Amino acid sequence: MNPLELARARPDEAFTVTFDGRPLAVLPGQTAAAALWAAGVTAWRSTRGTGRPRGVFCGIGVCFDCLVTVNGRANQRACLVPLRPGDEIRTQEGTGRDHE
Amino acid sequence: MVGAACAWYAARAGLDVRVVDRGPVAGGTTGAGEGNLLVSDKEPGPELDLALLSARLWAQLGDELGTAFEYEPKGGLVVAATPDALTALHAFADGQRSAGVVADPVRADQLPSLEPHLATGQAGGVFYPQDAQVMPALAAAHLLRASGARLHTGRTVTGVLRTADGTVAGVRTDRGDLHAPAVVNAAGTWGGDLAALAGVRLPVLPRRGFVLVTEPLPRTVRHKVYAADYVADVASDSAALRTSPVVEGTAAGPVLIGASRERVGFDRSLSLAAVRALAAGAIGLFPFLERVRALRTYAGFRPYLPDHLPAIGPDPRAPGLFHACGHEGAGIGLAVGTGQLIAQRLTGKTPELDLTPFRPERFESCEEHETSGDSEDFKDHDTDGGDTP
Repeated sequence: MNPLELARARPDEAFTVTFDGRPLAVLPGQTAAAALWAAGVTAWRSTRGTGRPRGVFCGIGVCFDCLVTVNGRANQRACLVPLRPGDEIRTQEGTGRDHE
Repeated sequence: MVGAACAWYAARAGLDVRVVDRGPVAGGTTGAGEGNLLVSDKEPGPELDLALLSARLWAQLGDELGTAFEYEPKGGLVVAATPDALTALHAFADGQRSAGVVADPVRADQLPSLEPHLATGQAGGVFYPQDAQVMPALAAAHLLRASGARLHTGRTVTGVLRTADGTVAGVRTDRGDLHAPAVVNAAGTWGGDLAALAGVRLPVLPRRGFVLVTEPLPRTVRHKVYAADYVADVASDSAALRTSPVVEGTAAGPVLIGASRERVGFDRSLSLAAVRALAAGAIGLFPFLERVRALRTYAGFRPYLPDHLPAIGPDPRAPGLFHACGHEGAGIGLAVGTGQLIAQRLTGKTPELDLTPFRPERFESCEEHETSGDSEDFKDHDTDGGDTP
């Protein structure tokens, strides 16, 4: 069953953000991690040492594994960042600052 | 860390070693440190001699196990903001050089080649190539594993076993007794409590410090960099908050920012004043940090003894008891020298450094007339200890 039905949620209208340039539909209140998961994306960062894929681990802001670049700012915890219409989410490579 | 180093060197000397820790490995001050192995912040004297011995031993361990615990012999850079501070720093470095420290003066115009992102307008600095860094929790864990010592974590020492003549015969724990002819007190900031279980006084006090951790960055800060006034803060006896910027990159990416010192007991609550001062000081040294986010902060308690020297060696008040604690903020660096000296003493060899300045009983005379209530307490403990079979 759709979790929205389980929770009897009546969210406002969906809006659009982009992930690496591709549009994603987001419900108001969803974090970057929730929106990415809902779209079937489970990895959006590569590790600093060996470039291995990472996504949500703890989901509550503690582990810093789900870091992602949102609107040009790297190292944000996807599980805590609420999305707004037009936000640009990008896959983060390493520290996300290698090109500064 | 000190306990792990004692276990490593004692096991290498052929002794059968058990390590008892009431928490996990690196669960106390070790896990809250930055992993500094410094000679640069020490004035000539017994602590510097121990630091130089330790620097040599860390370099050997670095060859054997270094990649496992991020040993980086990257050197330290001490920066003076004003001509007066630079004069004082040069005088300090002259003294250190005569004690065997390599200290290379760095002119203001040479600073950018060492640290490209350092704030401009500094008067100059001194570079210390013997300074190094490890990741302390990994270093403690790997040394323990490599030592082959049997490890009992989550096991609390509740008493020190003494024979009828007072000789130490092992420890009592919450999960049974461990018999041993020698007991090494490497309980760090809690070393005074362990000493009290043996009926002896060792006035170890906690000196709190915060570390601010930034988001991971590409290697931007190359050395351990700190302001010249750090040395004065370390040596001070003040209980009030003192901060001086100490900045270093890590192999994992985050930049660590210290160092605050204050004596507030074992209070773990966040001090906004302390972390604000740390951030401001670090930005003063490295302006780019203003655009970098701090992810978190952690606090730890340095084991502080009144004369800023550790207690290392046998305790004549409790034969069979050895102390290896009270290294204040230098315990990671000084751990290996301490472990080596303890192992030499345990196996009846002459320690390669004179242990007289580190005598654990050196506080006895000055404190007896200070607080009579305390010595009463310790007489009680002594009686308890004597009753233990």
